[in-house]
Amino acid sequence: MDRKRPMVALTAFFSLLLLYLPAAAVAVFSVNSARIGFAWKGFTLKWYARLLHNEYIQEAAVNSLLVAAVSTAVATVLGTALALGLDRVPWPRKAHRVFDVVINLPVVVPDIIMAVSLTLAFTLLRQLSGVFALGMSTLIIGHITFQISFVTLVVRSRLASLNKETDEAARDLFASNFYLFRRVTLPLIMPGVLAGAMLAFTLSLDDFIISFFTHGPESVTLPIYIYSSLKRGLSPEIYALSTVMLLFTVLMVLIAERFTRRL
Amino acid sequence: MTGQIELGLLVAQARKSFGGQLALRDVDLEVLTGEFFTLLGPSGCGKTTLLRIIAGLELPDSGRIFLGGREVTHLPAAKRQVNTVFQSYALFPHLNIFENVAFGLKARSFEPDEIKRRVGDSLDMLELTGLEKRLPHQLSGGQKQRVALARALVNEPEILLLDEPMSALDAHLRTQVQEELRRLQRRLGTTFILVTHDQDEAMVLSDRLAVMKDGQVIQTGAPRSVYSKPTNQFVAEFLGAANILPARRDGDQVVTDLGPLRLSEAPRWQEGRLAIRPERIQLEDESPGGAFNWIRARVREAVYRGESLDLWLDPGPVRVRTDSRGHLGPGDQVSLFFPPDALVALDDQPM
Amino acid sequence: MTESTGRKARKMISWRGDVRDARELRLAGLALAGPPLVWLATLLALPCAALALVALAARGPYGQIVWSFSAANFKRLLGYGLFGWSPDFLLILLRSLEVALVTTVVCVLLAYPLTFHIACRPRKARVWWLTLIIVPFWTNVVVRTYAWLLLLSPQLPPAKLAAWAGFVPPGGALYPSELAVYLGMVSTFLPFMALPLYASVERLDWDLLEAARDLYAGRWTVFRQAILPQTLPGLSVGLVMTFVPAMAMFVVSDILGGAKQMLVGNLIQLQFGQARDWPFGAMLSMALMIMTLASLALCRRRPKNL
Repeated sequence: MDRKRPMVALTAFFSLLLLYLPAAAVAVFSVNSARIGFAWKGFTLKWYARLLHNEYIQEAAVNSLLVAAVSTAVATVLGTALALGLDRVPWPRKAHRVFDVVINLPVVVPDIIMAVSLTLAFTLLRQLSGVFALGMSTLIIGHITFQISFVTLVVRSRLASLNKETDEAARDLFASNFYLFRRVTLPLIMPGVLAGAMLAFTLSLDDFIISFFTHGPESVTLPIYIYSSLKRGLSPEIYALSTVMLLFTVLMVLIAERFTRRL
Repeated sequence: MTGQIELGLLVAQARKSFGGQLALRDVDLEVLTGEFFTLLGPSGCGKTTLLRIIAGLELPDSGRIFLGGREVTHLPAAKRQVNTVFQSYALFPHLNIFENVAFGLKARSFEPDEIKRRVGDSLDMLELTGLEKRLPHQLSGGQKQRVALARALVNEPEILLLDEPMSALDAHLRTQVQEELRRLQRRLGTTFILVTHDQDEAMVLSDRLAVMKDGQVIQTGAPRSVYSKPTNQFVAEFLGAANILPARRDGDQVVTDLGPLRLSEAPRWQEGRLAIRPERIQLEDESPGGAFNWIRARVREAVYRGESLDLWLDPGPVRVRTDSRGHLGPGDQVSLFFPPDALVALDDQPM
Repeated sequence: MTESTGRKARKMISWRGDVRDARELRLAGLALAGPPLVWLATLLALPCAALALVALAARGPYGQIVWSFSAANFKRLLGYGLFGWSPDFLLILLRSLEVALVTTVVCVLLAYPLTFHIACRPRKARVWWLTLIIVPFWTNVVVRTYAWLLLLSPQLPPAKLAAWAGFVPPGGALYPSELAVYLGMVSTFLPFMALPLYASVERLDWDLLEAARDLYAGRWTVFRQAILPQTLPGLSVGLVMTFVPAMAMFVVSDILGGAKQMLVGNLIQLQFGQARDWPFGAMLSMALMIMTLASLALCRRRPKNL
């Protein structure tokens, strides 16, 4: 198999190429002067300048980030609570089986069905209560619904890797419930919580289908704006914006990484 | 309860099972204040379960636990003046050494100055000064163990529990740490209860020890008395080597396959077994004529062990441990003397 | 504290170093897990179940749901319509399955070398590789897919090369085509396969691989006997994470496959959108759901026979 190593490395780099070609193409075309068509017409930053004047795109970008940030925050809290509530309590085996099904639902249910189900749920809830009109709130609720499980799955795997003796040592050293949680459990699961939050944030930014079904006319996010402008062809402003958002997220993650390394 | 002033720990009829499997069978145990006590036994004998019940990390199915005369049977670990050194040390990986040691004091909201002073003293005592800012994974095995000790002792517990604390250390480090541990216990006067499967460790460290097997304590006493007067075959063989001789009482003598033998304490049974340590059998070239407990034997095999020479002799085979300077080899004829006070009648019935 | 022995009514248990009343402990657990569980039940589990009911209802003249239950939608799905039998919907379902399967297989084939390569890097480099795999995901799937359109356009080298070789007419683009769809699909789903698989590959017992290499000659045998069993947990998570969304994905084939490449995702979206036929959309959703779950069940069963 050692002789096969070059093939392994080659495939690995080919895979990376597949992942990066689209992102790279977006970045390259964001500095191309040509408005229409795919030919290279020289370097320009005018699309970035135009971004500042395109209110629709700006609003969509702000909406996207807002939805991602709010839904990630809520889903991280709920997902972590779910993981703790399931793994730090001696539930009977049967209860565990039911919980597992519910948690895994968003993973095994295709997102279009999740989107359709959410539409159905919002329609019924709207008829019952009068609220839940499609808009930012339904968009955020929809994202939280598919994020919770992913946060829970990541945090649970972290919880499972923690040593039971660490908890026992803390108790042996007079720790109360709160003290144990604040000084031992929380710091130890923090990497898992942050990884879960990062996954949730990524899923939210990447999502199209659920956003498409749960958004309202006043709450257009980037993917929806882009999808609706596909027929005319995407304008270079969108490439510029995508590049900006990508760099922004990379920056955020680098900062988060710095922050967590100290833990 | 009378005379409880001296009694540090009393375990009465403790029983515990896991999934239908009995781990402890109605164990009774008394540990005196200030003594170094050891629970000794092979793995699976229930010694760790007993330790965890004393610590409050496990509830007994039945039975009661008293600490210093106070019942603690249902008290959680956090409410017992008992601290534990875990087998894996269980240091908090995200806290530095100072924070690890200060954990128990902070959990009880001690004054910062008091915490600083006591943690400093503890680290001093265990020669850990200067390592305050290190994280556990940056320490050697021996250092980790001392942090675990400091973290427990800083709370000035009534009893310190040690769950196989040497198992993660190298053999040469172990001897050194054992001596340090012994000295530490003498200096502090704290009651130590150690769990181990290593009989040498138990001998070296303990004031008293309890040998456990299959969830029961089968013999308790000072190492010297348990070693020289084992009450049954398991104890005789688990604590060092022993010759086990099936025997039958005949008047004031006991008849074995080797011939008639006299004991200083006559056995209570008609038929049973005797035990004698290999090093207690005396070896001479000639036997004095007409004396009792002398047997002629021939060397079958000689095993050189450095500090001693082990001989396997016929009839028997009988194992004799002798000075390694001897030059005996297979085929040599010798005379063996079995001192009457070295022969112990075992209480248990043959298995 | 002798009174604690008297309370026999409460079942006290030792739990992670504490002594707790079992019922109190569960109540505390429910306080934590309850809200998210209720959330998932009301917004996901129950509506999913309700879809089954809607699938049996009928469409009213204004697109509303009429609660008259019949198997009409099911018959329609099977292809019995006003104008006799035509297998259009079934073909769309099959085609969705084919796209998802091919995508998943290609992802597996790429993910194994990729994760092995990463696992063999030094510690720091591994973190970088993993980060590199996630980064492209911070641009939206619609944008990334559209980028393939740019890359495969006639003016750029790939299309020119293909034209020179005679695969496409001179001046033609490489889209819409199967190749374009699969490029888009694989680049979308590869990380979903690679990341879970990596978790298993990282924990691989390399000594066992060495032993297997000593014992067996063939690479395939080494893979089957040593690598596959050990990486199965990660692989099965990766299969679910890739196959399930691939089954429902339609944006990629919409953009790169041209209009003729209708998939079940488009169809469902159409029913809930322009067509306003929720009951038939629900029936299609059920069909998709059943096909997905059946495929997962099949792939769950396989490991046992290994």
